[in-house]
Amino acid sequence: MVELLINGIKTQAVAGTTVLEAAREMGIIIPTLCYHEGLSHYGACRICIVEVVKGNRSSLEASCTLPVEEGQVILTDSERVKKRRKVIMELLLSSCPNSKTLQDMAANMGVNEVRFKIKNRDCILCGLCVRYCKEQMQAGVIGFVGRGTSRRVSTAFEAKPEECRNCGGCEWICPVCERACTADNLVNGLCGGCQNLVPVETCPICVHCSESVGISGQKVYW
Amino acid sequence: MIGTHEKVATIIERYAGNNDSLIPILQDVQSEYHYLPEDAIREVAHQRNLPLIQVYGVATFFKSFSLKPRGRHIINVCMGTACHVRNAQGVLKEVERKLGIGVGETTRDMEYTLETVNCLGACALGPIVVADETYHSQMTPGKVKKVLNQ
Amino acid sequence: MTVSTKMANVTELEELRARILVEHAANHLSLVTSTGTCGLACGAGEVANALSKTVADLGLSDSVDIKTTGCHGFCAIEPVVVIYPERILYQHVTPEDVPEIISESVINKRIVERLLFRDPLTGETITHEQDIPFYQKQTKLVLDKNRLIDPTNIDDYLALDGYSALAKALFKSQPEQIIEEIKSSGLRGRGGAGFPTGRKWESVRNAYSYDGIRYVICNADEGDPGAYMDRSLLEGNPHSIIEGMIIGAYAIGAHDGYVYVRYEYPLAVNNLTIALEQAREYGLLGEDILGSGFNFDINISRGGGAFICGESTALMASLEGKIGEPRAKHIHTSESGLHGRPSDLNNVETWANVPLIINRGADWYSRIGTKGSKGTKIFSLVGKINNTGLVEVPMGISLKEIIYDIGGGIPNGKKFKAVQTGGPSGGCIPESMIDLPVDFDRLVEAGSIMGSGGMIVMDKDTCMVDVARYFVNFLTEESCGKCVPCREGLDRMLDILTDITEGRGKEGDIELMEELGETIKDTALCALGTSAPNPVLSTIRYFRDEYEAHIREKRCPAGVCKSLITFTIDAAKCTGCMVCARECPQGAITGKKKQPHVIDQTKCIKCGLCRDNCKFDAVIVS
Repeated sequence: MVELLINGIKTQAVAGTTVLEAAREMGIIIPTLCYHEGLSHYGACRICIVEVVKGNRSSLEASCTLPVEEGQVILTDSERVKKRRKVIMELLLSSCPNSKTLQDMAANMGVNEVRFKIKNRDCILCGLCVRYCKEQMQAGVIGFVGRGTSRRVSTAFEAKPEECRNCGGCEWICPVCERACTADNLVNGLCGGCQNLVPVETCPICVHCSESVGISGQKVYW
Repeated sequence: MIGTHEKVATIIERYAGNNDSLIPILQDVQSEYHYLPEDAIREVAHQRNLPLIQVYGVATFFKSFSLKPRGRHIINVCMGTACHVRNAQGVLKEVERKLGIGVGETTRDMEYTLETVNCLGACALGPIVVADETYHSQMTPGKVKKVLNQ
Repeated sequence: MTVSTKMANVTELEELRARILVEHAANHLSLVTSTGTCGLACGAGEVANALSKTVADLGLSDSVDIKTTGCHGFCAIEPVVVIYPERILYQHVTPEDVPEIISESVINKRIVERLLFRDPLTGETITHEQDIPFYQKQTKLVLDKNRLIDPTNIDDYLALDGYSALAKALFKSQPEQIIEEIKSSGLRGRGGAGFPTGRKWESVRNAYSYDGIRYVICNADEGDPGAYMDRSLLEGNPHSIIEGMIIGAYAIGAHDGYVYVRYEYPLAVNNLTIALEQAREYGLLGEDILGSGFNFDINISRGGGAFICGESTALMASLEGKIGEPRAKHIHTSESGLHGRPSDLNNVETWANVPLIINRGADWYSRIGTKGSKGTKIFSLVGKINNTGLVEVPMGISLKEIIYDIGGGIPNGKKFKAVQTGGPSGGCIPESMIDLPVDFDRLVEAGSIMGSGGMIVMDKDTCMVDVARYFVNFLTEESCGKCVPCREGLDRMLDILTDITEGRGKEGDIELMEELGETIKDTALCALGTSAPNPVLSTIRYFRDEYEAHIREKRCPAGVCKSLITFTIDAAKCTGCMVCARECPQGAITGKKKQPHVIDQTKCIKCGLCRDNCKFDAVIVS
């Protein structure tokens, strides 16, 4: 066990686990997209960044791949974290505005404009489907193809492989396909639809119902 | 005619006992065919017992691989920094205009394929155009015609 | 080669060296042609062939040695022929010059004046290589042997004390002592980040490996556009790298080595392959090296063409046959690298420094350079500079000395504007900071980095916004695409920069780029991403006014950005030679013979052909 300080609260965690897991254990919500409990850690979406304080200096790290360490000082909700997360959120929304998961998360973070060009790529390349197919279904038929902005998720030669069992897991786990945003018009990249609903002021208890939902006492949009 | 299976097998033979050699194998396959044909990629995956998507992913990730057949002549324009500050983009535009194709494309008669490279490390001589392994240094848009005529 | 048997001990190595030295002393006169990639591109291959042929035809083969070496560093004057022992240097030699060189300089011992180097600043001719200011002001430690060695002949390397550092390491030191020596020399990685080499070796040596396997890897994936010192070393002196790697492997306790080299460097791969074979043949590589009981061998792995593979975890992934995608480095590669084993990765130039340090001692080495940066560094001086080439200088030398004293200043007397260091991850340093001493730490303070040592000199005709856009475009293509800030962030940054260079910039763009840049810097997964905004942030820091001119006045002060410039013909200078009208692909230029011509702006595509072809400088860009 190692002892660390998260948001000023002392806590213990099993060595080898991650800061994200330790924080969630304490009921602290850190938004995630490419993370899934049942899959290997990937660290690609960077939305789960936290501030790691070392003396006078600090750096931002993705909490889902950051192992807990003795004496670590972590801030999950500092001004710097919030500021950077919002820009990442804008980038994600601009590449994939039709995801309800993203729109909800953006609303919860208080993102109220997207200042970048909207690209409608319909995929945030979180790789959940890739890892699900490989690690849970032992099929391993989808993967990343190309690089940079041409990177996409695909099967080899775009053909349906024999090994695919039509399990549908890739669609199920996708934060874009499964929960599409149905708003008719986007204003500045935001759907706005959800924000017009009355916010559920508080969650009675946190059951980790969805990664985009806040904790007890926080303002939450459904 | 030797089939793809045998050709790929001969190449893979060279790397027997070395598990780290997917990229060198694909490079050898590419120099055999001038590009990476689908059945050759499938053969590599099959014979090396690798997931097809891994081989396909690698083949599409690295710049040296082409999944499309390439022309008889390869025109490579260096887009390194030193070439850039000496108007490499002007040279590239002129090559594109003269050949009527964009970067990564091949002329319809399969004569020319136009590619760019990030730096050939011959920065003193920029801008550089490599036409079939012959280096042409200190290029200008005006010299493009001469190089292509050769 | 004299002996082709394996050497079983150090005595045999020294005996062989003595024999080679006697043999080399026999031929006093030798003509050396520099045949690196740059030299060959300029026709040095033909020159060397002509020299061999002429010497043979005249029956001089016994008294005159014809030798080809790697790059000498002074690329601007290639092809170069140097006559030893006096070191008479002839520049821009063509095969047609060869008979004259042989008859005049070899037979009649006279100088061929017209082929001598001419100083671009003073205009005077210089006869001897060692008197040329470009060479005189350098401290060549690592690069020096390039001019003396035929890289395809191991004997040349042995003649210059080659592999003596290896013998010293294997038989006179314990691995821990070697690590101590490297640590106290202060050597820092030459690949970019400048991590202390000795400390890296130590952590790999001490890291736990369940089966005892450890790897040493040479990073020769020199991806920074504008940097080519690694290519020059691989082509010109491959044994210095091999020797460094064997010493490193011995210190670390590794038996397998890899050189990961770019596929774009065919000559480097070729020369390195030959060097490895010769080292094996001599018993310097493989089983029981020089009878020491130590085993080590090196594999060459050609890269697939991806800038990201210069990053350690991506390089190792690619060696394993996967896509070159970095992973989070909370577990260092020194603990879990290639195949999950402790792995040491050093850059080409770093490895080449190792034999020097072992031979001459850490004390000697640490006296060169500054407090935090020891030794020399090779820079590639390219762009708008007179003496383009590779220069090796002690750390701490000022930019001014590099650019003016060694580089010979800016061509055509134009005004120096900035120098870009560190490749795509670096930044631009403005003219006002020309006295900056160049070392790892001072460059970081100035908003740039050392990187692998590219120095791209820019004059007043270089548009800084265009340069920033160039680098962001480069990085957008080279980003592996794994993490959001790098993949999407750079792409949006490119959108904004493209808008600015094409006249669609708007107020707030600069601030948005600053915010986005800081976000990418803070949150990207690997070093490619976290340093990617440097070119943009540093140009905004020093050249904000240029950005503002593009955005507010829709004007490109340097006359580069196509959408913001127009080509016109100066009627006073135009002679009506009609060349431009003939060359114009759009038929946009009209005019009668011997009458001033006019460009139709509606047809002009701004390709610049007219300006290139005008012999009277009559085409004006505004």
